[in-house]
Amino acid sequence: MCTNGGKKQKKMNKNIIISGVGGQGILTVASIIDLAAMNLGLNVKQAEVHGMSQRGGAVESHLRVSSGEIFSDLIPKGRADLILSVEPMESLRYLPFLSPEGVIVTATEPFVNIDNYPDREKLLKTIATTANHVFVDAGSLAKEAGSAKSYNVVMLGAATPYLEIATEELEKAIEMFFDRKGKEMVDLNIRAFRLGWANRLNEQQ
Amino acid sequence: MNKQLLLGAEAIAQAALDAGISGVYAYPGTPSTEITQFIQQSPQARKAGVRSKWSANEKTAYEAALGMSYAGKRALVCMKHVGLNVAADAFMNSAITGVHGGLVVVVADDPSMHSSQNEQDSRVYGKFAMVPVLEPSNQQETYDIVRYAFDLSEDGKLPVLLRIPTRLSHSRAVVERGEAIPQNRLAPTQEKNRWILLPVNARKGYHRLLEQQARLTTLSEFSRFNQAVPGTGEKAVIAFGIAYNYVMEVVRTYALDMPVLKLSQYPLPEKKIGEFAEKYGEILVAEEGYPVYEELLKGFFGNRRFRGRLDGTLPRTGELSPNILAKALGVDTNSEQTVPSIVAPRPPMLCQGCSHRDLFDAVVQAMVSYPQRHVFGDIGCYTLGALSPYNAISTCVDMGASITMAKGAADAGLFPAVAVIGDSTFTHSGITGLLDAVNDKSAVTVIISDNGTTAMTGGQDSSGSGKYYAICKGIGVEENHIREIVPLRKNFEENVKVMKEEFEYEGVSVIISQRECVQTAVKSRKK
Repeated sequence: MCTNGGKKQKKMNKNIIISGVGGQGILTVASIIDLAAMNLGLNVKQAEVHGMSQRGGAVESHLRVSSGEIFSDLIPKGRADLILSVEPMESLRYLPFLSPEGVIVTATEPFVNIDNYPDREKLLKTIATTANHVFVDAGSLAKEAGSAKSYNVVMLGAATPYLEIATEELEKAIEMFFDRKGKEMVDLNIRAFRLGWANRLNEQQ
Repeated sequence: MNKQLLLGAEAIAQAALDAGISGVYAYPGTPSTEITQFIQQSPQARKAGVRSKWSANEKTAYEAALGMSYAGKRALVCMKHVGLNVAADAFMNSAITGVHGGLVVVVADDPSMHSSQNEQDSRVYGKFAMVPVLEPSNQQETYDIVRYAFDLSEDGKLPVLLRIPTRLSHSRAVVERGEAIPQNRLAPTQEKNRWILLPVNARKGYHRLLEQQARLTTLSEFSRFNQAVPGTGEKAVIAFGIAYNYVMEVVRTYALDMPVLKLSQYPLPEKKIGEFAEKYGEILVAEEGYPVYEELLKGFFGNRRFRGRLDGTLPRTGELSPNILAKALGVDTNSEQTVPSIVAPRPPMLCQGCSHRDLFDAVVQAMVSYPQRHVFGDIGCYTLGALSPYNAISTCVDMGASITMAKGAADAGLFPAVAVIGDSTFTHSGITGLLDAVNDKSAVTVIISDNGTTAMTGGQDSSGSGKYYAICKGIGVEENHIREIVPLRKNFEENVKVMKEEFEYEGVSVIISQRECVQTAVKSRKK
């Protein structure tokens, strides 16, 4: 049993795929969860993609958080509890990893940088008929928070109910992560996080 | 704070700093870049005056590290797997000279070729050079093994090869640091004959290396990094490096009663393996990369007890995964879900506003009137010029090959013979090829696409920035055939004209196409 300042951390085990397109800030989301988990004395493994795919290609991070020992850096297929995607089509690319009970939490705004991007409505319908899902209009919420770029943190907020990490721990991690960029950035991202948390478009489980 | 969240690459860097290195030498290359970057950004390194600027290529990096070792100090040299091909001459011979201050060579392999031209396994080089090879399985072990590697290197007076794959280099976990030790004092070697590889000395050095092998094997026999996990089953696993994680993931998830021998230090501990292997009828050999040790264990006549990549129990190519291991261990994981057909591929592409885009637009237009449209490409972001809509380049082989292949094709009569090479690739391995072309008066046009940075790996300093004109002039390219263009849409017509003129010139011409990388531009605006 891991401890944190005397607080006992209950047994937990989460496998999360974070997906998007190179440049959309998925590593920021991963880093914030990493920090929160480490602060709680949990074990973390987080595999990320560097190099060629970061040039506008599909990117994903395998993030594993556990109170026990974690062996593989990669999540086994069918074992992810959550696919947290900042882009709708990318949420489906990692479907083989999702467990039958798993949830897709995805932004609904497509990032179109290819000619053959599928029809948005069909795409959302496919997600809706394939898995437990939560849709988030991350783009608008990010603008509401104060910066269109903060949609990644909006998505983190929306995914919070599935992380088994307390909201205040995640907010603490956001503060730690953005601290070096100044108070304004911290406040902006906390706003984005809370808006994401409060504005999940549907909650069908 | 003693505990930190570190990438495998960063764990190497932190361990090397704590082991008292005086310098790191490297050329950027995925998945090794973050090691050197971490040291460049480390306050601890700055305070200790650890030298960390990028080298022109892996060979210059290796030799400089060897020089630092000669002077008695500890050095780290890092590269991606194919980088060791470039540094191989220095690496192989440094096993004969031996080292003085500790020298650890980190090679990051890229199985599945996420960002590489091949998936060669650097452990083969370790065997080839007959130096100790270490292959950690996780981030904490990576930290610990690097600390050990420096001691091993100084103790055995040999370079030590540390091999990590992409998944370890680019995966984060919590790492606990040990006590940092100070750097070695300047104390150059006194054994000069060791370092002068005239045949008379080299033969002695080679004998010395051979004599050390038995001791290196003994160290592997008792290494704390080579450990057996008990079990009572009939089948067993020998798992190397990161493969151990995938094996244990399956063993723990499905509560398999399976003995596992984990190996992370080579040459192979023969006795340990022998004692382990004799007890079991079937042994899966799990290695990330080539079946390097499986081949050895199986032997020439194929001992059928050993299963693995050679008999198809594991796939012959690509990186391992928990699911691949589960299948090999006979576990049904019930993972039937496939990717829905609505999902379109999203390959990497040149950034919006990238200077290479305007360059390729012009190159394609300038080639239109020729029946033969071959453009020799090279390694970097601009390799993406091979993809639609440009389909602009015909080759991408190894660093610098654009110039020399264009030269060879020109010698064979191909016209025009055009090469496109990035600035950093040019200084890495292009200059000598250009000199060949100049000396041979080959009819080639070399376009240096200079965006001022090593962009593909994330924007590291490029060693020739601001010097390309002078370099080309200095090695004998005629000044009126060194042209400078700015790849912008408004200059399209003019740039096409310059290219056509130089394609027609029956000698060596160079076109320096200069515009800052858009990614670097965004970063410098933020600062």
